[in-house]
Amino acid sequence: MSSDISNSSHKPDGGPVQPKSPPTDKTKFWNDPKKRSLLFQVLLLSALGFVFYTIIDNTLTNLEQRGITTGFDFLTSEAGFGIAMSLIDYTEASSYGMTFLVGLLNTILIAVMGIFAATILGFILGVARLSDNWLISKFATFYIEIFRNIPLLLQIFFWYFAVLRTLPHPRQSIEFLGSFINNRGFIFPAPVAEDGFGLVVFGFIAAVLGSWIISRWSAKRQERTGQQFPVFLASIGLIVGVPLILFLLSGMPMGLEHPELKGFNFRGGITVIPELIALWLALSIYTAAFIAETVRAGILAVSHGQTEAASALGISKGKTLRLIVIPQAMRVVIPPLTSQYLNLTKNSSLATAIGYPDLVNVFAGTTLNQTGQAIEVIAMTMAVYLTLSLLTSFFMNWYNARIQLTER
Amino acid sequence: MKYELQPAMPPPSNLIGVVGWLRKNLFNGPFNSVATIVVGFFLISFMVPVIQWIFIDSDWVGDSRDACNSGGACWVFIISRLDQFLYGFYPEAELWRLQLAFILLIGSIVWLVMPQTPKKGLVAVWLLVIYPVVAFFLLYGNSFGLIQVETHLWGGLSLTLVLAVVGIVASLPLGIVLALGRQSEMPIVRSVCVIFIEIWRGVPLITVLFMASVMLPLFFPEGMSFDKLLRALIGITLFQSAYMAEVIRGGLQAIPKGQYEAADALGLGYWQKMILIIMPQALKLMIPGIVNTFIALFKDTSLVLIIGLFDLLAIGQAANQDPKWIGYSTESYLFVALMFWVFCFSMSRYSQQLERKLHTGHGNRA
Repeated sequence: MSSDISNSSHKPDGGPVQPKSPPTDKTKFWNDPKKRSLLFQVLLLSALGFVFYTIIDNTLTNLEQRGITTGFDFLTSEAGFGIAMSLIDYTEASSYGMTFLVGLLNTILIAVMGIFAATILGFILGVARLSDNWLISKFATFYIEIFRNIPLLLQIFFWYFAVLRTLPHPRQSIEFLGSFINNRGFIFPAPVAEDGFGLVVFGFIAAVLGSWIISRWSAKRQERTGQQFPVFLASIGLIVGVPLILFLLSGMPMGLEHPELKGFNFRGGITVIPELIALWLALSIYTAAFIAETVRAGILAVSHGQTEAASALGISKGKTLRLIVIPQAMRVVIPPLTSQYLNLTKNSSLATAIGYPDLVNVFAGTTLNQTGQAIEVIAMTMAVYLTLSLLTSFFMNWYNARIQLTER
Repeated sequence: MKYELQPAMPPPSNLIGVVGWLRKNLFNGPFNSVATIVVGFFLISFMVPVIQWIFIDSDWVGDSRDACNSGGACWVFIISRLDQFLYGFYPEAELWRLQLAFILLIGSIVWLVMPQTPKKGLVAVWLLVIYPVVAFFLLYGNSFGLIQVETHLWGGLSLTLVLAVVGIVASLPLGIVLALGRQSEMPIVRSVCVIFIEIWRGVPLITVLFMASVMLPLFFPEGMSFDKLLRALIGITLFQSAYMAEVIRGGLQAIPKGQYEAADALGLGYWQKMILIIMPQALKLMIPGIVNTFIALFKDTSLVLIIGLFDLLAIGQAANQDPKWIGYSTESYLFVALMFWVFCFSMSRYSQQLERKLHTGHGNRA
């Protein structure tokens, strides 16, 4: 700016251009914002470059002294340690790369389970806190204020060490409908598919497809004629009914593998390890308190005029909630909700404190200790969480853009 | 004819008093009545045994587990170890130093929180700049005639407070720099700040602590060794500064654009504009957000037990493993939970109250 002014003051008022003074820029170097910012950025870059160079140089020297080779070759060598719970085939002879995969899958499992439970509990509590029933709203308030102000790690410890670890030994298990509860976890009978079960699965898929077609058809019909069709009930009927009828018709092709006490432990059935249960309980209970607050804020954000307008139009209470309040509340709820989901996923890394074999415990714990490849292991672990959080924020931006109010 | 206003009739007896309150809040409609009875039944059948266990059947005096024979909670366990819960393994003769630091901290916080006290700015500067130095010399010693107390002796509530206070005090300036950098017009400065913030916000604190304890020693030349506590503090500070930066950015964005433009129009430079015009307004708006991140940090400090520091929770965990006191882990978890809860709940109350007070209608929010 200032340079333009100084240049223009040099302009002669008419007449031939005088060659004697070339248009010099009188602005001092440090007073020109462009040059100054260039200088700052060059300085910053060189400082960063220097820091990174020093760090990398030191690290390489240190690693060399300890006799650790850098690189990802260790991922193919044999791990040689067992993992308490794995969703895929894993033995001690599997590679370190497999431990990464097992840990990642276990992290995803606990995250999905936690998100499912925390969402249901959180929505119930959020609505309950706004209830006009004094007892219910006070109960929800107490729940929220207690559980979100206690560290999650403490809650995990409480469920694991004070509750689940004090359950009886396998020999004195609590028996309940063919399942057993003891300090080694919950043991359920495992369903075993027999011949003809494929038909039931096929029926289920067909029913899901069918209800999707029905919902499209009914939306079109309502647009054309205004008549409504009970899509929800019909879909539930289809999805539950069709597989059930097929299941009964084909002679119940499913057996149960009952767990049996052999020696000191149970054989057969599905065992849910106590670490998973403790982590699941703590994560859902803790995150539900935060989700409840999000839901409450969302519902309060819908102006009361909307509800009043709906009732003035003669829309029933249930439909007002379903068609008017909730869609508008979701606009406010979804962004903080996704960040709560992300928090839950990141918090699931506390699993390592009680030994649930998640990514941090298996990979950044045991694998790191055995191989000593600190840099690669930590970088891979961080990359997983980073990818998750970047994906979430991309989704959030996309969603925000999609639901933004278009003002006319 | 005489027109006289009749005195108002009293409201029907079932609309006032206890009955009226019950009808209005607990039994308005069949659904609510059923809900009240069901929830009330469960609450009573759950709360009565719990209260009995905690208060009525519990044991409070004694010095060994033999004193715990009433079938309720064994608070003797907690009381006999109270010093450890509060001070960790700090040498007994030097405890006055911890207590003095604690009193100074609480005193200055109370000063800041009370609405009537004068000179809040000065006290804030003391708390954020001078107090950490004073507290360091008090706790660590090794100068001014105080004996050195190694950091591995620090523990319990005092270590939790050290972690939280250092985390917040050190991350504040870093967060301000990052937030300003993120809003800068210089592309390289901006992208460096965005990358820094997003990386730290995208990973769990536990991996940061792992990194600080495993990788940090590799980054420095041979022979330069760091204290375990210092490594944890570096990790926490870097992690926290990213969150702090986002809070500060929120505050900066809440200041109307007119303020920036007015400062430019007056010919103020960048730093003058920020220090004299923007920051004083924005910092006030940020206090609730800063308190909220402080609460999150306070709870997160419990993770340091994973890298082997003895904070409040870790002391409780260690106490549970004492063979003389096996079987009382519920008591220690409840006690530790209560300590954390008291701190976090009072801070969140303060932040809510502040938010209401600061909601004076300026900023972009309507």
